[in-house]
Amino acid sequence: MNTHTLTLLTIVAEALLKDRLIHEVRHAGAKGFTITEVSGEGSRQRRVSEILGDNIKIEVIAKQETADKILTTLQKDFFPRFAVVAYMSEVQVVREDKYV
Amino acid sequence: MVLAFAFGIVCRLIKSELAIPRDLYTSLSIYLLFALGLKGGVELSHSQWQQLLVPAIVTVALGTITPISSFLTLRYLGRFSIADAAGIAAHYGSVSAVTFIAAEKFAITNLGEGSVAPFMPTLLTLLEIPGIQIALAIGVIGLAKAKRTESVATGSPVQDVSGPSFGAVWHELLTARSMVLLIGGMVIGCIIGYEGYASVKPFFDKGEWMFKGALTLFLLEMGLVAGSRLADLKHAGAFLIAFGIIAPIVHGALGVYMGALAGLNAGSCTVLGAMAASASYIAAPPAVRMTLPEANPTFYLTAALAITFPFNLLVGIPLYFRMALAMVGNDLP
Repeated sequence: MNTHTLTLLTIVAEALLKDRLIHEVRHAGAKGFTITEVSGEGSRQRRVSEILGDNIKIEVIAKQETADKILTTLQKDFFPRFAVVAYMSEVQVVREDKYV
Repeated sequence: MVLAFAFGIVCRLIKSELAIPRDLYTSLSIYLLFALGLKGGVELSHSQWQQLLVPAIVTVALGTITPISSFLTLRYLGRFSIADAAGIAAHYGSVSAVTFIAAEKFAITNLGEGSVAPFMPTLLTLLEIPGIQIALAIGVIGLAKAKRTESVATGSPVQDVSGPSFGAVWHELLTARSMVLLIGGMVIGCIIGYEGYASVKPFFDKGEWMFKGALTLFLLEMGLVAGSRLADLKHAGAFLIAFGIIAPIVHGALGVYMGALAGLNAGSCTVLGAMAASASYIAAPPAVRMTLPEANPTFYLTAALAITFPFNLLVGIPLYFRMALAMVGNDLP
């Protein structure tokens, strides 16, 4: 099978940021993404999920440059102020044109 | 109803696994807010606009004063950071719909049907927005100024304090669930009038079993949330606890006084006082989190939910009622 290497960027953030993060992901040029509702704990103070909602996980498969672009935006505008983590990994896909 | 709230707190204290599913909580709040708007609209369709004008002006004035007084107190007496003080002030400048319902019910129980002016839900929607906006503006401008001073002092370049624009905040506040439901309900209520309302009355009316039941369940959930925040009281500190009790008394007295100035009767003054005294927990928290993420949610949610809301329910409303009676007397036939 003919597979291609692309980047999977995973963002876990407070649910409130959903629309703004989708905007950033699209703005950077990603073709699609998957969002799931998740929960967990982190280094910030206890989350107040009763009122403000739980966390979301956004997964984006894209070119390395696109993922870098999103990560740069996250670092500038989101990491200092909000509860967000993000990480990248390599993935193998078929049908590369679906993602880039 | 107060018992349901207390029961919720007890459930948390004994670490019961009881939890109201979030979807039910959302559904209940949608139902309550829409019912409130609908009834308000129906009443509005039969009242004269001139009667509304002075109370409306007074309400907007209240919505302007309470966030500023809250901010100044927290910032300069309580030594809170700009973001925290503004975040808490946004909650106290806005209004709690459940406190409104409880105050209305209290006045009607004590003074009888018709003792609360029919246009009070309109005032509720008027009071909801300005307080949040003013406090957020104070916070955003204050933070930007502080950052500029800091970067001048250290010689580092001015950091960009980008956040959502004020247009975006306005849009978010005006389209927030609570606002859309209240205003939408009112418009529909205005259109259908008494005749149309009669067909949905058993489901939506405040006097019916359905509404009372939903409110009781909602209060149980509020108790659960407040109970889980009780542990945070020790982080909140004595000043915030005192603020959560004294601020509603001062704002409540101001609300009653200004209601009396506007010529409202005792029942309506009680409700206006409770509105001014209450702290929001539906519209304000997401708005503050989005615009002032530097503010610690533990402070504003604990103050609004675990201190001020139960205080108003148990002590505040009867207190504003007494103030209202002392100021305007019971002029009902």
